[in-house]
Amino acid sequence: MRRQIPLFITFFVGTLLILSVFIPPMETLGEDFTLFFDIIAVFAFFLGGGNLVRVHITKLIKRKPDWGFSVVTLVGFAFVLIVGLFKIGNPGDIASSVTAEGSWFQESFNYILNPLQSTMYALLAFFVASASYRAFRAKNREATILLVAAFVILLGRTPFGMALTSWIPESLSIFQIPNLAIWIMNSPNLAGQRAIMIGIGLGVVSMSLRLILGIERTYLGDDRA
Amino acid sequence: MSFHIAFLLLSVSLIVPSPSAQDEVADSVAVSDSALVVAAPPTSVIASEHEYDDGEALDLSWVPSIDDQLVGGLVIAYRVYRSTNGGELEMIEELIPGANQFTSGELSSDSSYSYVVAAVTTSGEFASNATAPLSPETEWLNYEKKWLFLIGLLIAGAVMYFIETARKGKKLFVRKIAGLEAIDDAVGRATEMGRSILFIPGIQDMDDVQTLAGLTILGRIAGTIAEYDTKLFMPVSRSLVMTAARETIKASFQTAGRPDKYSDDMVSYVTDEQFGYVAHVDGIMVREKPATVFLLGAFFAESLILAETGNSIGAIQIAGTARPAQLPFFIAACDFTLIGEELFAASAYLSNEPRALGSLKGQDVGKALAMIVIVIGVLAATIASAWQVESMQSIVDTLNSVFSTN
Repeated sequence: MRRQIPLFITFFVGTLLILSVFIPPMETLGEDFTLFFDIIAVFAFFLGGGNLVRVHITKLIKRKPDWGFSVVTLVGFAFVLIVGLFKIGNPGDIASSVTAEGSWFQESFNYILNPLQSTMYALLAFFVASASYRAFRAKNREATILLVAAFVILLGRTPFGMALTSWIPESLSIFQIPNLAIWIMNSPNLAGQRAIMIGIGLGVVSMSLRLILGIERTYLGDDRA
Repeated sequence: MSFHIAFLLLSVSLIVPSPSAQDEVADSVAVSDSALVVAAPPTSVIASEHEYDDGEALDLSWVPSIDDQLVGGLVIAYRVYRSTNGGELEMIEELIPGANQFTSGELSSDSSYSYVVAAVTTSGEFASNATAPLSPETEWLNYEKKWLFLIGLLIAGAVMYFIETARKGKKLFVRKIAGLEAIDDAVGRATEMGRSILFIPGIQDMDDVQTLAGLTILGRIAGTIAEYDTKLFMPVSRSLVMTAARETIKASFQTAGRPDKYSDDMVSYVTDEQFGYVAHVDGIMVREKPATVFLLGAFFAESLILAETGNSIGAIQIAGTARPAQLPFFIAACDFTLIGEELFAASAYLSNEPRALGSLKGQDVGKALAMIVIVIGVLAATIASAWQVESMQSIVDTLNSVFSTN
């Protein structure tokens, strides 16, 4: 029964949502079920938050390696939770919005969390450079084609690319580097992406049918798929 | 507002009945105030049934006022008024000049509605005739999606046919997927090195099919991990994923006969924040130096940050996602990448269960259909364009109408 009820719910909801695409009176069902999901997710959030606190308190008590990070995590967690729940430092009264400009909650978001997130995001620039360096090494034929295509696109997106090939007559303008870059992006690149998208679409249909029909149930903690 | 409605009603009663009455009002206004801006009202206002809805909307269309012009136009807006069951008119929308249609929503099929559209000038409003009362009707089938239905039915039918065929014992060929073949080696390597395995299921919740695909693969991998007695660590960014992943791993350990080796600490919730999660996972990678990293699920901008960090510590990395924009990053930074559909096929492939493998075979029918349609479409479009053949153009148009989505 522990397995059959979730399987029945999956089958019932999955079938209803497929039908809702084609039956107008049922078209809001997707939004309704999303609401149910959000309600369940709220309860699960307590589990997540509880787990976070438990893991870091254990680490702190047992003085495991790098326990200092746990102190930062716990202090940050407690600070945001208390400031947010009790609206400490809010410019207005308790009825005002927790995200009101000038509130401690909003200020900690603006001046601590946001810059930290931006810092992590900025790392991407360096990682793109290191990954490109590896990917564009002309080790074999495919990698050489990739290198040439990447070089044309990079050059085509700069004024230098235009300056290099501006002498090519209008009748042969396709060979101007910016136009070549556009062609690579719009034709071979887009064709490849669409092929992948078609495969993904079919994969989703197949996976969804396996879930709805109960053939795939590993995610329920049932290994007898 | 009350002034506007009064003016509007006055306009409807005086301007609308006959052209002569309209002229009369305009003339009298022009005499009394030379600064008054008078415009012709919109004409041919038609209310019609909104197609394929739940009886909640009506479509409205009209011919804009002749004084609504780009250069020197008098109309500054259009206002749509609605009367419910013959009651008072109430304004429901203000639209920009040039507008000639509007969909009126949040209606009930039990009521009837009539509409008036007024051209607004700096001096007031000039209203159209009221439309005849109309009630929206519920439609039970969306015929606009008939092709989607038929194609979906064909593919789903093929998938189910092959599931049934496989269930009856027919052997089905499934090509080798390098990334999945490497899973045992990757887990074995971590075991030999005495280091941990890191599994990252993406940053989306359980309502994303990629997360589900990631967890189904986790179920298979966890079985091998249990057999090899390797350390598994799985930080997640969603609470529900944490709960589901724990259940999945626990079941796999039980199936492998090693329930004692399972611990809830294998899966831990970090944060819902995208880059907070990335910082935590990168920290684990750098400090713990796992021998194997699995990145299977839905990824966004964090994909390359995670994969490059994993690469920098020398871990074997097996990644998979159905987001085409992130695939190049995984291909550049990981040892094996499951591209798109391979992520969804992985669980069936690893289980070797006939019904699951049959579902993969069913996908091939969809691919064959796509290939045939693409070849026909490309040929027809090329011939139609090069030699102006009308019949070929009609084939292109038909294919467009069948396969375009809206």
